Amino acid sequence: MIVAEPPVATPADAPPLHRALGLTDGELDAIRERLGRDPNDLELAMFSVMWSEHCSYKSSRPLLRTLPTHGEGVVAGPGENAGVVSIGDGLAVAFKIESHNHPSAVEPYQGAATGVGGILRDIFTMGARPIAVLDALRFGDPGDARTRHLVDGVVRGVGGYGNCVGVPTVGGELVFDPSYADNPLVNVMAIGLLEERHLTRAAAPGPGNLAVLFGSATGRDGIGGASVLASATFGDDDPSKRPSVQVGDPFAEKLLIEASLELIEAGLLEGLQDLGAAGITCATSETADRAGTGMYVNLDAIPRREPGMEPFEVMISESQERMLAIVRPERYDEVAAVCAKWNLPCASIGWVTDDGHITVVAAVPGADGQPSDTVEMLARIPAAALTSDAIVHDRLATPPERRRLAPAPGAPEAASDQLPERGMDPGAVLQALLGSPNLASRRAVFEQYDSTVQAATAAGATSGGAAVIRVTGTSKALVAATDGNAGVSAADPWLGAAMSVAEATRNVAITGARPLGVTNCLNYGDPTKPDAFWQLSEAVRGLGDACIALGLPVTGGNVSLFNESARGRIAPTPQIGVVGLLDDVAKALGPAFREAGDTILLIGEAGPGLEGSEYARIAGVAPEDGPPGLDLAVERQLQAFVREAADRGLLDSAQDISGGGFAVALAEAAMWAGLGAHVRVPVSSSPAVDLFGESPSRLIVSAPARHVPAVELLARQHGLPVEAIGSVGGDRLIVELAGAGATGAAEERGSRVADSIDVAITDLERAWRHGLPRALGWTELEQEGAR
Amino acid sequence: MTRIGVVVFPGSNCDRDTLRGLELAGAEAVPLWHEQGSLDGCAAVVLPGGFAYGDYLRAGVIARFSPVMRAVSAFAAEGGLVLGICNGFQVIAEAGLVPGALLRNRGLRFLGRDVRISAERLDTPFTSLVGSARALRMPIAHGEGCYFADEVTLDQLERDGQVLFRYVHADGTQAGAESDAANPNGSLRAIAGVLNARGNVAGLMPHPERAADALLGSDDGLPILRSLVQAAARAEREPVLAGVR
Repeated sequence: MIVAEPPVATPADAPPLHRALGLTDGELDAIRERLGRDPNDLELAMFSVMWSEHCSYKSSRPLLRTLPTHGEGVVAGPGENAGVVSIGDGLAVAFKIESHNHPSAVEPYQGAATGVGGILRDIFTMGARPIAVLDALRFGDPGDARTRHLVDGVVRGVGGYGNCVGVPTVGGELVFDPSYADNPLVNVMAIGLLEERHLTRAAAPGPGNLAVLFGSATGRDGIGGASVLASATFGDDDPSKRPSVQVGDPFAEKLLIEASLELIEAGLLEGLQDLGAAGITCATSETADRAGTGMYVNLDAIPRREPGMEPFEVMISESQERMLAIVRPERYDEVAAVCAKWNLPCASIGWVTDDGHITVVAAVPGADGQPSDTVEMLARIPAAALTSDAIVHDRLATPPERRRLAPAPGAPEAASDQLPERGMDPGAVLQALLGSPNLASRRAVFEQYDSTVQAATAAGATSGGAAVIRVTGTSKALVAATDGNAGVSAADPWLGAAMSVAEATRNVAITGARPLGVTNCLNYGDPTKPDAFWQLSEAVRGLGDACIALGLPVTGGNVSLFNESARGRIAPTPQIGVVGLLDDVAKALGPAFREAGDTILLIGEAGPGLEGSEYARIAGVAPEDGPPGLDLAVERQLQAFVREAADRGLLDSAQDISGGGFAVALAEAAMWAGLGAHVRVPVSSSPAVDLFGESPSRLIVSAPARHVPAVELLARQHGLPVEAIGSVGGDRLIVELAGAGATGAAEERGSRVADSIDVAITDLERAWRHGLPRALGWTELEQEGAR
Repeated sequence: MTRIGVVVFPGSNCDRDTLRGLELAGAEAVPLWHEQGSLDGCAAVVLPGGFAYGDYLRAGVIARFSPVMRAVSAFAAEGGLVLGICNGFQVIAEAGLVPGALLRNRGLRFLGRDVRISAERLDTPFTSLVGSARALRMPIAHGEGCYFADEVTLDQLERDGQVLFRYVHADGTQAGAESDAANPNGSLRAIAGVLNARGNVAGLMPHPERAADALLGSDDGLPILRSLVQAAARAEREPVLAGVR
């Protein structure tokens, strides 16, 4: 008699496994096609993480292929863990920016901390010692309790990790906009320095070489981080995603840095890859695919943090602080000795093969429950199917209905760019802008980071300008900046991305440095929605156009999609990172005025368009107003001009006009020097545009009087408008409006106020210092700023 | 050239900066690995900043049990010159080589910023070349730098000249005891650095090795490192007279 097995109780509506893992039916078919059979459950889990948006770039890859990647000195570009550019003297710089947005929304401290840890590993995997971190953070309304919780956790996480590993945090951005309320952005950029001969590739050459895992043991944290967290829109079940967030151990990372660099410098490694998203699956398949080899992985040899882990958990765990090294068998003992010196567990988990496949095996449990001598094959997948031959989607892009930034809470209902004309005091507007959360001093946040460890920081996060980091032992310095213009991107994603490239490169160029390359972190919405995908595709086009116009290669980057929640999508955010080289650190220019009596010159011309500006955020904009325009040819000339002027020693300072416009840029240059300034500016269209508009490609520079003719000549030679507008000195900021655009309103009211700004520097500084701690409710820090 | 050792714990992150700072100050600077039981004949030892062993439990509390610390303690007991900077100060305080303890900063947040300190004594191996009691500018970068000792100990330290550095304002006037921004971590009596009773062991929270190059903003830390190098050179030449080694 045959007894029927009782049916397994499965709920009728339980989704099939591939859908539960985030794969579509079409993707399952594509997997079957590549394998020539059905995948088993472990294989499906491996595919699900590798074919996640986060790992596969399946939506963005066709776009990213259009970017310019070649340039002078580029020795490693996109596809490697980080871009590497030669800086002469046998040295090179490695740099990259990456997002950790979704983990930070779920668990801000660990999300931010592991964001720092992950990007640092990308840097030292290349053989570079990490020398600087910049972090670009974006949150919702700073008055909101949840935002405050996120800010506090993220800032502590960045500091907790970066401070401990001993890499200075030298700059970044901090931006508040309601669109980031549910979906904050944590983009971290890291920079490393290496001797070119130590450049190490994340490849697994040489069949027979050992695959050696060293660093922390593998645990259950971060299971499916890439697929569950990073590649899906937030729903209501966020707490359930907490096990998908990794947990960081900066002390282990510090040991990992030292051990990895020691192994590389001793020439013991054939290849090195860090373990990030998709863990062992990603590291083995990517290194094998890059070298055109395969890998045999013995699951039982992988050190675990806990017993009873399922094979799929071991293969896709995102436990932090682990590295995969490719080692010749005869060098294994030396590698193990270096790991032992740094007290890091190390295990040979398999070897490189010539069959192009990732093969995962484990011992079959014997009758006694112990592993037997018989091994069983658990998975066998072509390495390329997981990486270079992963699925690519051709997404639909459709321009959306025009979208506007929501005005700040309490902003006037009626849009207007007419503030000064209405008789409002532009000095009061300036103070309001300086004290607003997006423009006020970042000191309260940046001081929670160690910006001076490694003793090479010539200008750090609180300097106001780009970070300047000395290349110890040479006269050179690396200059770094990161900028992202979401305000303009919301109106025009092409323009926003191009303006972000222009601003980040300009910030590097105004120190006198030559930008070397561009890294980017593209934070956008759900790519399956045509309007969101349009934003991404326009941004990539803008990024490419700007880089080509400025003659710069894109050396790497990261795409973060699905930045949406039930309440909407984030403002599209192209976060651009730029590193430049300054040949003589002693010539570095800063944004602050230097000498009383210096002449102040305005380079470039204000153009109309207030949409996306900080002024618009507090005042609103007229419905017919748009974002300002950008002429990339002018931008290129402007940067060439300022580099030459700096190199010839003509200038005492150079400040870029960006957030808050001319008036804010001028106030900063004065405030940071503890000096006043008196200028008279021609008004071209409206006082609001000239004082607070954010049209790009403009600078405020200062120079000793004897250099002014040379500066003017040089600017004209570059085809740039230039005007001496006043001088540095005193203890007040005085801006007189002149020309056809001036209002005359002051005369009518019998007051001079509306036609000029006349404020004590100390008043401006007070507004600027208090703004951020006040907005965030950090009362203790606010009080301290008052002293 | 005078040889000065810089202890490297797992988690030290200012060891390379300190080695370079000491070289700028004229020493032959060598790393001393935490597992070694001897000081390789160094004429002085510096414990650098960082997060020794991760500092997860409490700053410095594990490092004090390392093999190298047994050698450092013995060296100090014989009169050898020892300087602890930041985490190094926390380690020697935990090891009982200098009085007092370092508590969490007043604001309970990590703080990295330039501060000003002034040397209370100019006749020590750590300050002989500072020249005057002017305000020295250098960075701090710590989460646990609030100097604490009981009132009796504080009085005794003041009486016996064991207060080495205090936080001051830019004009050199002493910072307030607890709630003054110039005293960033709330250290009692604005103490930034102390000496042991014998005067051969010192600890301070600010980082002189990060203020050794005017191009980076300040070289006010260099005289402190130079003082140590000079005193170590003297100890090397005249071990008996100097009472060290």
